[in-house]
Amino acid sequence: MEFYNFKKKLEEKETYKDNMIDNLKKLETYLNSELSIKIRNSLIENDELLIEVDQKDLVQVIQFLKSDDKCKFRQLIDIAGVDYPSDENRFELVYLFLSHENNNRIKLSTKFKINQIINSITKIFPSANWMEREVFDMYGIKFKNHPDLRRILTDYGFKGHPLRKDFPLTGFNEVRYSEKEKKVIYEPVKLEQNYRNFDFESPWEGTSYLKEIKKRNKW
Amino acid sequence: MVKKTKSLNLNFGPQHPAAHGVLRLILELDGEVVEKADPHIGLLHRGTEKLIEQKTYTQALPYFDRLDYVAPMNQEHAFALAAEKLLKIEVPIRAKYIRVIFCEIGRILSHILNVTTQALDVGALTPSLWGFEERETLMTFYERASGSRLHANYFRTGGVHQDIPIKLLDDIEKFCKSFPKIIDDLEGLLTDNRIFKQRNVEIGVVSKQEALDHSFSGVMLRGSGVPWDLRRSQPYEIYNDLDFKIPIGKNGDCYDRYLCRIEEMRESVKIILQCIERIPKGPVKSIDGKISPPNRDDLKQSMEALIHHFKLFTEGYRVPKGDVYTAVEAPKGEFGVYLISDGSNKPYRCKIRAPGFSHLQAMDYLIRGHMLADVPAVLGSLDIVFGEVDR
Repeated sequence: MEFYNFKKKLEEKETYKDNMIDNLKKLETYLNSELSIKIRNSLIENDELLIEVDQKDLVQVIQFLKSDDKCKFRQLIDIAGVDYPSDENRFELVYLFLSHENNNRIKLSTKFKINQIINSITKIFPSANWMEREVFDMYGIKFKNHPDLRRILTDYGFKGHPLRKDFPLTGFNEVRYSEKEKKVIYEPVKLEQNYRNFDFESPWEGTSYLKEIKKRNKW
Repeated sequence: MVKKTKSLNLNFGPQHPAAHGVLRLILELDGEVVEKADPHIGLLHRGTEKLIEQKTYTQALPYFDRLDYVAPMNQEHAFALAAEKLLKIEVPIRAKYIRVIFCEIGRILSHILNVTTQALDVGALTPSLWGFEERETLMTFYERASGSRLHANYFRTGGVHQDIPIKLLDDIEKFCKSFPKIIDDLEGLLTDNRIFKQRNVEIGVVSKQEALDHSFSGVMLRGSGVPWDLRRSQPYEIYNDLDFKIPIGKNGDCYDRYLCRIEEMRESVKIILQCIERIPKGPVKSIDGKISPPNRDDLKQSMEALIHHFKLFTEGYRVPKGDVYTAVEAPKGEFGVYLISDGSNKPYRCKIRAPGFSHLQAMDYLIRGHMLADVPAVLGSLDIVFGEVDR
């Protein structure tokens, strides 16, 4: 068993936070100069760098982030889908990357319309396989060139995409064991009382219903 | 004459004692050699992320206990840090120490469970009996601080729920003095045990590159020789001031990962002892009345406290608009929370990054070409808990 000697690096680590922000700023300018037109927007917020790209440039940008000597984002941490039902580009995918060598993180986001098919990145990161399956399962976003795009977390034969904002919290079907049929059966959800979602937001700062009235009456 | 061979499909689980929960593994076998493994997960899917979107930040926290239920507080920590980062609030120093103590207790809890059940999977019964006794002691510490043995719900945005009871630290210290002896005993049973070694050495080997490509983290990464621990590389709370070492494996097989976990338990004990020695007195949660609830005494005296209390337990607090990713070194690896706030009192989106999800994904590649009997050994060393894989 070996122990890695972190002591040597400890002094650097004390200024880790300051260094990190400097590094992110440098990285931001570097990426903007290297990828220029492919980057739609980039910002550093809460000590994190977020770059926004068009979905058609996604694979190229990710390939660049992984292979470029200055970026070295060798690890894909996660892929998060986000649903904004009222936006024209309804879905957003956020890719989180980590570089062990440079000790920093980057977030890559892309926004697109509901029926858009996104290029899979399983060729670049094998671990994207299940992450993309999860996004497909939860949001119904399809991926091109994915080796095995099945549902992953929901039940066999499940319908709908649960993390979409228009999917009800209680779902549509419930399961129980039927003594009569001697098997597990699916039935539409029956609740004694519907799920109640109270709006507790302070009226002084404007709850959502007040905001709606305001908008309607143009106060 | 040509001999026809047909591969055999075997359904492993979802109710199998060595599957560590509800894993259904479809194995394609050629004789006893595994040709392909297709894990079916989601049998414990509870829609945590969807539920969190409907709850205020305070109400969302208990869901994290139910992810990796063998080390609950480590999960809560990631969510608390994410909300704090968005709110831009500082945690009082005493709360930081308490958090670190309980996170390390969580690490020991998880590693005891993993090491001993892995031994159980390959045929040794005694370690689990010895180990679980210690887990019980540790869970009473959880209970004394938070009121529950497992689902603690103890961390809060801005600190912890309440101060730890008197004498708890003395008892934890006593435990820390006696526990290394138990680790020695466990090691005496396993480390040089011929059967244990035969079942684990050079089984499920992961190279450095493969560990990176498959998004491994924690012990899975360190076992393959990558020096990476978030407590050191991207320090949070007070880990910067503490003196501890990070064990690194050489061969990346199940045995090295076992050794890493054993050493990590020893280091955790050291961390806890350092914290107990240094822990200062003071508040345990943010003094900002808009975020942490007032204490009971103030409630009877002060009108302002009463209003704060009412608002916090109905509306909750609002978190500024923005998105943030925070990760902690949970016992199983990098546990992260990607939180998007729209400025209201509920998270707009909360993506949970569970380390076990990526680890289990690599099952197919890890087990290919191994024997059927190696499946439980590899599965055991991946340290899978279905609460976090299925979410």
